Amino acid sequence: MTNTIFAERKDQVHRKGEEPFQMACDKESLAGAVSQRACVFCGSRVVLYPITDALHLVHGPIGCAVYTWDIRGALSSGLELHRHSYSTDLQESDVIFGGEDKLYRALTQLIDRINPKAAFVYSTCIVGIIGDDLAGVCRKVEREKGIPVIPVESEGFKGNKRAGYNAACRAMFQLVGTASTDDISPLSVNILGDFNLAGEIWIVREYLERMGVHVVANITGDGRVDDLRRAHGAALNLVQCSGSTIDLAKMMEEKYGVPFLRVSYFGVEDMADSLYKIADFFKDVDPQVMERTKALVRDELSELYPKLKEYRKALEGKKAAIYVGGAFKAFSLVKAFRHLGMTVELVGSQTGTEEDYKELHEITDPGTIIVDDSNPLELSSFLQEKDVDIFVGGVKERPIAYKLGVGFCDHNHERKEALEGFVGMLNFAKEVYSTVMSPVWRFTPRKRALYSKALETDVCHEIKAIEN
Amino acid sequence: MKSKPLKTEKEPYVATTDSCKQCAPLGACLAFKGVEGSVPFLHGSQGCATYMRRYVISHFREPLDIASSSLGEKHAIYGGGPNLKLGLKNVMAKYHCGLIGVATTCLTETIGDDTPRLVKEFRNEFADELECHGNPSIVNVSTPSYAGSHVDGFHSAVRAIVDQLASNVQAVENTLNLFPGFVSPADIRYLKEIVHDFGINPVVLPDISETLDGPAAAEYEKIPSGGTPIASIKGMGTALSSIEFGRCLANSMSAANVLEDRFNVRSRRLGTPIGLRETDIFMDALEEVTCRETPVKYELERGRLVDSYVDGHKYISGKKAVIYGDPDMVVALASFLTEIGIKPVLCATGAKSQLFKTAIKAVTEEILDEIPKILDDVDFYDIEETAEELKPDVLIGSSKGYKLSRKWNIPLIRLGFPIHDRFGAQRICQLGYKGTQDLFDMIVNAVIQAKQDRSPIGYTYI
Repeated sequence: MTNTIFAERKDQVHRKGEEPFQMACDKESLAGAVSQRACVFCGSRVVLYPITDALHLVHGPIGCAVYTWDIRGALSSGLELHRHSYSTDLQESDVIFGGEDKLYRALTQLIDRINPKAAFVYSTCIVGIIGDDLAGVCRKVEREKGIPVIPVESEGFKGNKRAGYNAACRAMFQLVGTASTDDISPLSVNILGDFNLAGEIWIVREYLERMGVHVVANITGDGRVDDLRRAHGAALNLVQCSGSTIDLAKMMEEKYGVPFLRVSYFGVEDMADSLYKIADFFKDVDPQVMERTKALVRDELSELYPKLKEYRKALEGKKAAIYVGGAFKAFSLVKAFRHLGMTVELVGSQTGTEEDYKELHEITDPGTIIVDDSNPLELSSFLQEKDVDIFVGGVKERPIAYKLGVGFCDHNHERKEALEGFVGMLNFAKEVYSTVMSPVWRFTPRKRALYSKALETDVCHEIKAIEN
Repeated sequence: MKSKPLKTEKEPYVATTDSCKQCAPLGACLAFKGVEGSVPFLHGSQGCATYMRRYVISHFREPLDIASSSLGEKHAIYGGGPNLKLGLKNVMAKYHCGLIGVATTCLTETIGDDTPRLVKEFRNEFADELECHGNPSIVNVSTPSYAGSHVDGFHSAVRAIVDQLASNVQAVENTLNLFPGFVSPADIRYLKEIVHDFGINPVVLPDISETLDGPAAAEYEKIPSGGTPIASIKGMGTALSSIEFGRCLANSMSAANVLEDRFNVRSRRLGTPIGLRETDIFMDALEEVTCRETPVKYELERGRLVDSYVDGHKYISGKKAVIYGDPDMVVALASFLTEIGIKPVLCATGAKSQLFKTAIKAVTEEILDEIPKILDDVDFYDIEETAEELKPDVLIGSSKGYKLSRKWNIPLIRLGFPIHDRFGAQRICQLGYKGTQDLFDMIVNAVIQAKQDRSPIGYTYI
C-alpha cells in the first residue's frame, strides 16, 4: 500500500488512530501524480456557470470552453443561456498578435445576438501569458452595450480550484449592490453555494417558504443577474459548500454588514440543524418562525423515517468510501452513511483545508483513511484494502470503482438525482441501495469467489422431475 | 449620385458557440492511450489533464489516467522544465510504464518551453533512473491547443510515435501496418480480425481495443493491458505494407508516409471503410498486399449487406440527413448514405480541413446529382442555422447534436465522439461490412420508429 503513495504526499494521507492527527493540505499538486483536481478556470466556471441569464464567454483556445459545455446538471426555471458554450477559440495568430480585438468583436456580437443581462468573460492560461487587457475590453463593451461586463481572473495555472472560487466571488461581488433593495422582507436570505443540481435549490426554497423566509438571490443555482444585484438587501447569507462562495459571503459581510451562516442540506441531521439555525437567527423578527420550522421538520421526518428504515435494514454494516471536491460535503456524507448504518472507511477531498480535515478526523471512526488531493493509484489501492461496497465521487472516480467491482454514487455536479433536503436523503438511500444491493457484483472477479454456487450445469434432471 | 452599397454577406460570428471540435492535446492523449504500457502526459496546467480525463471517461466509461506537469504561476514565468522532469520521474516510478507520451498545451507552447530539448535533457540527467525502470520510451508531440483540433492532435501523436520509435532494425514477419484513425475499440477488434483472416499480422496504431474497453478486474491495473506493443512499433519499418484510413489526412500528418519515406514500406491511403464501396476498396487492398482472396466469411457478410440494402431501401429512400463530426468519419458516412439512397444534405465538421470538400465530392458524385452542402470549421450554431432550412429527417453524429434533434423532433443516430448521453459507445462497430450492417439496421430502424411514433395508427407491423 505504502508503495502507492509518493514520498512527497505521505503527509497528505492520514489513518485515524495510528498517530496524532496532522495533515498537510492546500499544496500545489505534485507533477506526474495524476491529481483529480482541475484548475483555477474550473473553479470559476463551476461557480458562475448556473447564472442562467448571463453570457459566459471563455476567452482562450477551444478546449477550456468545450470541456465545460453543459456539464453541470444545474437546472433553470427560465432562460438557459448557461447551457451554451461560448469561446473566442483563440488561434495561433491571436496568440502572436493579441486576442483583444477578437474578444471585443466576439463579445459585442454575442451580446447583440442573445441579449444577456450581464456577461462574464473568463480568462484562461494563455490570456494570462499573452497579456490581453481583459478588464479594458470589458469596460469598453460595458459602456457601449449598457450591461455589466465582468472579467473573471481565472488563468488556469495561477493556483488551484480554490483560487478560481475566489475569482468567481470577486466577479459576482461587482454585481452585488448595484440595484435597489426596496421591498425586501426582513425575513430574507440569499442561498450561497447551491447550484440547483437536479433541482435541489427548489427543494431548499420550498422549505424556506414554509418557514416564512424569503429568498432574494440564488447564488448561483437557477441564478439571475438582477437578483445578484440586490443580494445585499437580504438579512442573512446561507453558505453551503465550503470553498466556493464563502469569500463572497465574507465580502458582503464586510461591505454591507450581511451576516452569514454555514449550512448543509445533505443528510437528515445537517438539513434539520441548518433550518433550526436559520429559524433561530430570525426568532426576534418573527417569534413564530421556530414553531413553523419544527413543524416542517416533524412532518418531513415522519414521512421520511419509515421509508428510510427499509433501506437501512438492507445496508446495515456495509462499507463506504468518499472522495469529493470540497470537504464540507464530506462531513454531511459521513453522517448520512452513519444514518444508513454504514461505516466510512475512506474520506478525502480535492481542496479541503486544515480545519476541514480536523473536523473529518473528529467525526470519523478509528481506522478511517483521510486523504487530500488524491489520485487513481492511491484511491484504487484504498478501495481494495478496505474492501468497500460503495464509492462516492464524481465522473473521474466512477470507472475506478466499477473496474474493481465496487458500487458507485455520483455526488458531483453531473448527478441527475436531487440529494439535498429530506427528500434528498431518501434519494441518496435509494441511490446507495440501487448500487450496493445490485446482483451484478457476484460476477465480478473481486467477488466471484464469495458466490461459488452457480446455476445447475445440466437441467435435464430438473426437467425430468417436473415432467414426472 | 452616391451608389448604393453593395449587399454584403452576413458577417460571420467571431465567437464559437457550442463547438463541434475538441482541442489538440485531447486527440494526442487518445492516440497515446493506444500504445501498450503507455501513460499520456500533458505538459501544462493541471486542469487540462483533469478536464480531458473527465470528458473522455464519460464516453468510454473506463479509467483513464493522464499525467500532468501541473505547472503553477512560477513555472509559467521561469519555465516548466523542472516540473516536466519531476513529473516524468514520478510517472516512471509509480506506473512502471513502457512509454510516456508527452503532449504540449497552449501554456507551454506560449511560454516557449522547448519540450523536445527538455525530454532529451531528461534522458541524459536521469539515465540511471530510466535504466532502473526498464527504459521506457518517451515520445513528444507538439499540440498547442490554439492550432488545429483534436483530430490534428491525434494524427500528430500517431505520426510522432512512428517518427520517434519505428525502425527497420528488428525485422518482424509478415505484418501489415494499419493506421485506422480515431475509431472505436470495437472497430479495432474487428479490423484486427479481418487482417488476421487474410493470414497476416496486423500492427494497428493506435490500438485502443483493450485499453479503452477492458474487462472487469480483480486487482486495479495501473495501466490497462493491451495497446500496440512497442516492439511491434519498432518493427514497423519492415512490414509488408501500410494501410492508412483518411481521405482528409494531409500528407504532412501521415504516419504511413514516414514509413514509406524512411523505410520504403509501401503506403496505401484509403477512405475509412464504412459502406460497401469503401469497404470493397479496403478488402481489395488486403487482397493485393497478401495475394489472397477475400475469405468466404467476408463475402457472406458483404452479400448479406447488399441483401439488406435491397430489403430496407424503401423505408429510407430520399430521406435527408445532416452529418457532422471528425472529417474522415463524415466523409465515410457521406459515401455510405449516398449508396443507400439517403441524401446527406449537410456534411459538416468542426475541424479546419482543405481536403474535406474534395473528399465529400469524390465519394458522392458518382451517385448524387447534386453535391451536398459541405462546411468545415463550423460550430453547432452554424450547423443549426444551415440545417434548419434543409429540413433533415435524421441527424448523424456525436451526442452534442441532441439539442437539435430535440428541437426538430428528428432521430439522432449517435456515432463518433463524444457520446455522452448513451451507453456502449466503445462497442459501436461501424467499419467493414459487419459494422456497416449494424449501422444500416440502426438507421432504417430509426426512420421506421420516427414514422411509427408520429403515426396516429400505432402500426405494429411495418
